[in-house]
Amino acid sequence: MNAASDVAVAARRELTIQRWTGLSVGSVTALLALVAALSFVPLALGANAIDKLTTLFVYVILAAMWNALAGYAGLVSVGQQAFFGIGAYATIQLSNWGVTVYLALLLAALIAGAVAIPTSLFTLRLHGGVFAIGMWVVAEVFHLLVNLDGSVGGVTGTSLVALNGFSVDDRRSYNYWMTLGAMVVLLGLVFVLLRSRIGASLQAIRDDEEAAASVGVRVLGGKWIIFVLAAVGCGAAGALWLATNITFQPNSYFNVQWTAYMIFMALVGGLGTFEGPIIGALIFFIIQDQFGDQGVWYLVGLGSAAVLFAMFLPRGIWGTVEERFGLQLLPVGYRLRGLQPAKEREA
Amino acid sequence: MIWLNQIIQGVLLGGYYALIASGLSLMFGVMRIINLAHGDLAILGAFLTLLLADHAGLDPFVSLAVVLPALAVLGWLLQRTMLERSLRAGVLVPLLTTFGLAIVVQNVLFEEYGADTRSLGPQIGDLAFSSWTITDQIYISHLSVIIFGVAVTVLGGLHLLLRLTPIGRALRATAEDADTAELVGINSKSVYAVAAGIAVATAGLAGVFLAMRSSFDPYSGPPQLIFAFEAVVIGGLGSLWGTLAGGIILGVAQNVGAQLNPQWQIIAGHIVFLAILAARLVLTEVSSRGGFRVVLAQRV
Amino acid sequence: MSLLKVERLDVRHGLLQAVRAVDLELQEGETLALVGANGAGKTTLLRAIAGAHRPAAGRVLLDGADVTTAPAYRRVRLGISLVPEGRRLFPGLTVEENLLVGGRSGRKGPWNLDAVYGLFPALRELTRRRARVISGGEQQMCAIGRALMANPRLLLLDEVSLGLAPVVVQALYETIASVGRQGTTVVLVEQDVARALGTATRVACMLEGRIVLERDAAAVSRDQIVDAYFGLRRGAAA
Repeated sequence: MNAASDVAVAARRELTIQRWTGLSVGSVTALLALVAALSFVPLALGANAIDKLTTLFVYVILAAMWNALAGYAGLVSVGQQAFFGIGAYATIQLSNWGVTVYLALLLAALIAGAVAIPTSLFTLRLHGGVFAIGMWVVAEVFHLLVNLDGSVGGVTGTSLVALNGFSVDDRRSYNYWMTLGAMVVLLGLVFVLLRSRIGASLQAIRDDEEAAASVGVRVLGGKWIIFVLAAVGCGAAGALWLATNITFQPNSYFNVQWTAYMIFMALVGGLGTFEGPIIGALIFFIIQDQFGDQGVWYLVGLGSAAVLFAMFLPRGIWGTVEERFGLQLLPVGYRLRGLQPAKEREA
Repeated sequence: MIWLNQIIQGVLLGGYYALIASGLSLMFGVMRIINLAHGDLAILGAFLTLLLADHAGLDPFVSLAVVLPALAVLGWLLQRTMLERSLRAGVLVPLLTTFGLAIVVQNVLFEEYGADTRSLGPQIGDLAFSSWTITDQIYISHLSVIIFGVAVTVLGGLHLLLRLTPIGRALRATAEDADTAELVGINSKSVYAVAAGIAVATAGLAGVFLAMRSSFDPYSGPPQLIFAFEAVVIGGLGSLWGTLAGGIILGVAQNVGAQLNPQWQIIAGHIVFLAILAARLVLTEVSSRGGFRVVLAQRV
Repeated sequence: MSLLKVERLDVRHGLLQAVRAVDLELQEGETLALVGANGAGKTTLLRAIAGAHRPAAGRVLLDGADVTTAPAYRRVRLGISLVPEGRRLFPGLTVEENLLVGGRSGRKGPWNLDAVYGLFPALRELTRRRARVISGGEQQMCAIGRALMANPRLLLLDEVSLGLAPVVVQALYETIASVGRQGTTVVLVEQDVARALGTATRVACMLEGRIVLERDAAAVSRDQIVDAYFGLRRGAAA
């Protein structure tokens, strides 16, 4: 028996491709049930819990977007705060022009995506570290431009006064639902993308861009979709953060600190996995909650954790779990069924 | 005349930018790493000098004898511990580790020193503001000329090191083909560590001069990193003297922008940077398709 | 004691096994020709001996000392030099700088810049030329010179004839033979079997990662090599 006849034998067997396993069906069902349960939170839980969950959801969005960029498209961006800030800025501007607040939030996210389109023409032609800092420079440019805009109060900033039209409780609930909705939609989009052909081509691009291009993968196209999606997501996060915190200061929204948070969440959770960012956001949220008032020591902790994880546990918590137990809760991969292991050939 | 003054100031400022960019350029040229903590390490040098001035009464220029070796060792250590490991894991990982390092450095400095801006100006007495008056609209500060001179010396020294010394040849060989460098007997890890040591030391040097010519605080690192990066990219990645040109262009752009409107200083630099980067990209893509004639003919 | 001993070496490229349980022994002063088709594992074996590739199993012994885990640069200092497939000169460095870099390990011996220029007089004209602009033959000379600058006891040559004109290859092989005569142990990987037989004292043939033939060059026929090369099994009554 030689290699050629092995292949022939394999072809005669039934080879099927399985996308869903029992475990993943169960997991997805559980997730949907969880989302449904979460929708009732404003009716069931108190103000504090609602606020915290809203914050958590924003973190999940940020983590998922950064993970999509770096983990799937291989784009390490140190400038996502550009779109975070634009989301907030656009919300203020739209609101100032009379658009109702909650519609403004939605439009602001889309505007962030729209800004990403011309930006991408330029930035996506950069690679590696040059792309990383290039995005930072872009963020700085946006920051400085917004600083120059007197209509939002320049450096001192302003507030989303239109929110005063709602009662505090209503505001809290609407914010919660919008954030929950945004999170579900964005995570859903990422999920769909990953399962699609684009998802496979992204993995190929991430592994070896040149090789992927040589087999016909539209490298620029795949990266572009993720780039624009991440911009929309970060823009949504910025808009929603504004809705919860009401005040807008360019310095805090365009701060590179947001990227620091995103990197931490994505790395610790598990870069390149779907579940990772969720776990990373949860961990970050808990740290923020417990240690956020410890001054900057917790930032030192975050930075150190990023370094340690990048060096020693690059697959993050979930990535390591996935690898160790061969687990994959969500059906983003492919399994080939029906192939027998090759027997060792005699010399 | 005012414009001429601004241009001259811009050129001299370019000297500072070239200085802070030289380390970044070296590390990128040799290791293809962009050290996101580069600016913060420069600020660390500034704080270290401040510490020596406050506690040991050392003149900043004198304390360079301590600060530079200390930072060189730090750079060496960073490479051997963090960056070497990160490099093995892939090209993206060093970005993450250096970013984490940047956050740590900034915030530890903040814990130690708080948010107050500091300056080494008081320590250098008259030098902080003495200048030559060429005409009543053109001033050339002594300090900025010194900084420019130091920048040229550093770049020149690096150039000579790379061209003439065995370690310089080893650096260039490793930069071009690390795998083959190992096969001819070069320990690429120790070569990288030397490059990192030099890079961080020059960053510290630039930080000290920044502290002399203006002010700094724990979070001043990132802007310096961005300027350094812009200078490197404008001048062309991998070219040492290009970094000098890049620094000068950046300095001039900023000063011209500031002359138009003080609020436009930094953004003017960014815009020139982006424009040059975009022009480079277009040129590369056009030339890879066969030149302007070919590309334009395809459009018709 | 043999200069080089390879014991049951297994080398992988990811999941692909390129070298399977290879045993090899070389005495000082021998010239071994390693032949085989593309993908047989010759380059991988050479790289494993030079330290560029960690084996999955087995040992590499130089003069009895286990160097299996020694990194490539340390093996250069111990006396193993590899001239890689495709020359792999440093393109931005001049010819002379390439040679000087080769001498970095500081091993003592007959080879220095003058000696290398003596061996390859053509390089004398090219000292200041950047390696990327010289011809293939000149690059090959420079690459061999660079390896010699480390004064190796064991010189590994990977496909030096690739892409070169026959006249150039002829001259190269005469030089390699003279290097061998001076006492250096040589392993050369070569697809041109005739050349291999002409220069070597021993020949080994690899097929799919294994050594399937190993004989003194004088004691083996071309047909036997061809059979081993292609994995043919002609009858014993050949």
